[in-house]
Amino acid sequence: MSLLEVRDLKKRFGAVEVLCGVDLTLEAGEVLAVVGDNGAGKSTLIKHISGVYRRDGGDISLGGEAVSFDSPKEARRAGIETVYQDLALADELSVGANIFLGREPTRRWLGLLPVIDRGRIQQETQRLIDSIESHIPDGATTVAGLSGGQRQAVAIARALYWDAKVVILDEPTAALAVMERENVIKLSRMLAAKGVGVIYIGHNLVEILEVADRIAVMYRGRIVHVTRSEETTQEELIKYMTGYSERRESAA
Amino acid sequence: MAAHDANLSLGRRMKAPAATRTRHLRKWGLPVETLVLGLTLALWIVMALTTSTFLTANNVVNILRQVSIDSIIAFGVLFPILIRGIDLSVGSVVALSGVVCASLLTAGVPIPLAIGLTLLLGVAIGSLNAFSVYRLGIPAFIITLAGLQAFRGGAFLVSDGTSVFGLPKALSTFARAEWLGIPSLFWSMLIIGLVLHFILSRTRTGRYMLAMGSNHESARRAGINIKRIVFFAYIISSVTACIAGMLLMSRMSIGSPTAGVAYELNAIAAAVVGGASLFGGRGSVLGTFIGALLFATIANAANLLGIDSFWQMVATGVLIAAVVYVDNLHKRRQSGVK
Repeated sequence: MSLLEVRDLKKRFGAVEVLCGVDLTLEAGEVLAVVGDNGAGKSTLIKHISGVYRRDGGDISLGGEAVSFDSPKEARRAGIETVYQDLALADELSVGANIFLGREPTRRWLGLLPVIDRGRIQQETQRLIDSIESHIPDGATTVAGLSGGQRQAVAIARALYWDAKVVILDEPTAALAVMERENVIKLSRMLAAKGVGVIYIGHNLVEILEVADRIAVMYRGRIVHVTRSEETTQEELIKYMTGYSERRESAA
Repeated sequence: MAAHDANLSLGRRMKAPAATRTRHLRKWGLPVETLVLGLTLALWIVMALTTSTFLTANNVVNILRQVSIDSIIAFGVLFPILIRGIDLSVGSVVALSGVVCASLLTAGVPIPLAIGLTLLLGVAIGSLNAFSVYRLGIPAFIITLAGLQAFRGGAFLVSDGTSVFGLPKALSTFARAEWLGIPSLFWSMLIIGLVLHFILSRTRTGRYMLAMGSNHESARRAGINIKRIVFFAYIISSVTACIAGMLLMSRMSIGSPTAGVAYELNAIAAAVVGGASLFGGRGSVLGTFIGALLFATIANAANLLGIDSFWQMVATGVLIAAVVYVDNLHKRRQSGVK
């Protein structure tokens, strides 16, 4: 049984059929890259898994059980965390406050009023930061002062801490310097090593070949090719991404 | 562990990463709240040394009284500002609550009931503002500007255009009372300030206001109940304005429909000079108090020195511009933008 199974997923926006029957499986402990040209349907696909969109047809199951999320919050509760392209961090808040945002542990002040347990947040944040070796100096630092890679690490740490089953990384290295990309790749592998199923959306094929166990190629709303990353090359992936192989098959 | 909490303690930015920290020390040294506190203290010292009238028990109590009502209004206004909104209606709400409470009292309504009803009026006004912003999508600036006009008009209507006289003695003496040598108004301000500081720095609600002002989308994705936060912020603003209105009524012994003109601007200025960002996500109750104290000190000093009050207005304006400019520089450096 796969961790996550998507069967025959369909979605149309008005007259445009964006997903025309997508099949996808994700195993626990693997990094599955989804690649494809702009408009191939990658974002639409992951937004169905993360609860942003409602599907027109098809099934999604998590851990063998059919699921249907009405909101990102529900998906999160079920164990699907999404690290968005724009990171969705609150700049003015500290690293710890961001990791715990919306799920702060509380304690009773004077045995009465519920207050945020800052000591615990601080402790847990520090432990988390140390465990991912991401060079974030201090959990009390505001996110505004961090580099792109450090911010990415905070977003991934958030997913890591909350024991996600599935983590979706949406173009996590799009805005990063080369050195920082390595760190994100390392963090993705770390997530997988902990048994998390990671869906990695990306453009850069060199990076994809390095980070992924398997690669799924999307073209015009379909998954046209799935391969193990050691069994493929950039050239082959590009053929599928541009629809070259499809055209050839239909010509034959 | 105060420093862990974002934006709340004076020393917070000293916890910045090592690289940013040294850059701060070199360039500006200290966060804006500390700068404003230093400025205020400097002004106190200069005034104490150069005049014989400033550092007297009478004058200090006078400043404390003056800063109290200003601070209470500013504490309230801070909350809409934190969530990237604004409340321009508080000055008019001060007047409206004063005449409503005074009218109830002169009509023979018992004091606790009159106070309770006036506070309910604050809840209603705050809810109306929040509803307009959250549900109707009217920009906070516009809807509270409308409130500034409408509630002032309401104050004149309720009072029939004149002041409401004849308050019960218990109320008209309250504002002049002292406890341990400190004016009752100052105690009131202290209690309200502590409660609001507690909410902002220790509770989830406070944290969510900062998060929402900082990044609305991230707060939404984190599953925060945005509606609740918006209502909370505007209700705090209106209710504290009503409390300030009743205290002002007590201080003047009348309910006046012309009370609190332009108070909203002083309150916003105090919050901003005290480190709040008009773009949301940043600000503190303590900083707001320091901002209000600076303005009260300037007004008092100008008075004692016989400086034309017009110059005082000019100076206040220049100060606001300068402090916000310095703070922006500081912030840009912090986030690495050149």
